[in-house]
Amino acid sequence: MKTKLYDIAHSRAGDKGNTLTLSLIPYLAEDYHLLCEQVTAEAVKKQLQGIVAGEVTRYELPNLPALNFVCKQALMGGVTISLTMDTHGKSLSYALLEMEIEK
Amino acid sequence: MKNKIRIGCGAGFSGDRLETAVILAEKGELDYLVLECLAERTIALAQKRKMQDASKGYDPLLERRIELLLPILTQKKVRLITNMGAANPIAAAQVICQIATRLNISVMVAALTGDDVLSQLTGEEMALETDKPLNASGQPISANAYLGIEALLPALATSADIIITGRVADPSLFVAPLVHEFGWSTDDYEKLGQGTVIGHLLECAGQLTGGYFADPGKKDVPDFAHLGHPFADVSPDGTALFSKVEGTGGILSLATAKEQLLYEVMDPSQYITPDVVADFTGVYLQEVEKNKIRAWGGRGTAKPATLKVSVGYAAGFVGEGEISYAGSNALGRAQLAGQVIKQRLASSFSDLRIDYIGSTSVHRKTFGQHPEPYEVRLRVAGKAKTAAQAATIGEEVEALYTNGPAGGGGARKYVHEVVGIVSTLIPRNKVNSTVTLVKS
Repeated sequence: MKTKLYDIAHSRAGDKGNTLTLSLIPYLAEDYHLLCEQVTAEAVKKQLQGIVAGEVTRYELPNLPALNFVCKQALMGGVTISLTMDTHGKSLSYALLEMEIEK
Repeated sequence: MKNKIRIGCGAGFSGDRLETAVILAEKGELDYLVLECLAERTIALAQKRKMQDASKGYDPLLERRIELLLPILTQKKVRLITNMGAANPIAAAQVICQIATRLNISVMVAALTGDDVLSQLTGEEMALETDKPLNASGQPISANAYLGIEALLPALATSADIIITGRVADPSLFVAPLVHEFGWSTDDYEKLGQGTVIGHLLECAGQLTGGYFADPGKKDVPDFAHLGHPFADVSPDGTALFSKVEGTGGILSLATAKEQLLYEVMDPSQYITPDVVADFTGVYLQEVEKNKIRAWGGRGTAKPATLKVSVGYAAGFVGEGEISYAGSNALGRAQLAGQVIKQRLASSFSDLRIDYIGSTSVHRKTFGQHPEPYEVRLRVAGKAKTAAQAATIGEEVEALYTNGPAGGGGARKYVHEVVGIVSTLIPRNKVNSTVTLVKS
């Protein structure tokens, strides 16, 4: 069955220059392995097509548990010079949570 | 040595709410209050204010915050550490003393300077973001090194009631009082790593206690309107218990703490500050009771040989215009307006941003199928070398009233100056910090 990440996890976006960071935290620790299996760096890059132009790297934090994604060239130049509405990319946590996985 | 230090954070950015810090100072039984008010761009803007008026360049809310807080801080014997000095910590210290004199309060302020390294740069240094010399981005107008605990400790060693700084790494504002009180060695990287975890969790204030978290029905935050800001009780071994003032709103849970722990973090095993390369991957969080979270397990390795320098440069002006359409075919009319504006401005703006607010403006696309919105706001933005040229965008959008599609309303136009930010590295030994004491 397809499930939106929104239903099983939460996320906060942050910015460093033109780089976007996205945490992904399961509500239930038991869903962490699902996220590890299906929410790969490649899958996130595909989900954020048209938003993230650069490389996506995934970091695992099993003791929380949580994943952290670092997305390069994601903010149209970064907070200070970007022409986009959301110059920090703060709303993009919810772009990740729109992703669907198999549960 | 005390067996516990309580540090609260009453502001997580320059525009943060005023009353949260007052509540923390009044009822938090704090040893230290930290106000973190300096973003990357804020200091460049402050530098510009200082260039216009040498007595300015500190945080624009400094006076209002200090007037509210000073009597309470004095009465409760809470020490204040803040980066509200921005581009001019000494002027900020003088302003604080003037307020103190007016309030008949005796205060000593330690102003920390030395972060301003603009005169030391040639412009030929490489920018980390572009791999090109700094000058290639634009003429630098400010350059501030991120100072750390080594710069803060001499200020803490004085008897100053308030320590006011310019650019200091945010977690260092919290790590420094821990090192000062517990006598941690500045090369005890395990402790400094854990201290950095504490600082990182606190530095955005309300973001730890339910701010930037709420999602009704999914992540509910009780009594949100009265969101309280957090404090931590830190033990000499670095273990910390996070909480907030009894009776304040908000929530401090594993979920809020996890979101904040990873906020703006790149590689969690290498979180670089001037003090330590902190490792967050061993951090454990435990809910001890409602609204009380214990954190331990932060580690670290040796600090870098260089300091990061944030460089601001003039990047021209942005002009914006907005107008709304509602009812049947709102999106169609907004899109027609967008096309018309693009054509009308084509000769002067090659890179014009056209957004449809209510549809695709923040994510720059939509995911899945969505019904057409009832109302749509057109937003047009572009960059220009002069304010006058930037203003033509808003002028054209406003002119859609009589020269655009049917039913446009609520036009607004804006122009703002743009300061770009790039960063570079500077050898630690080229940065010399100074503490200046100012008394009321």
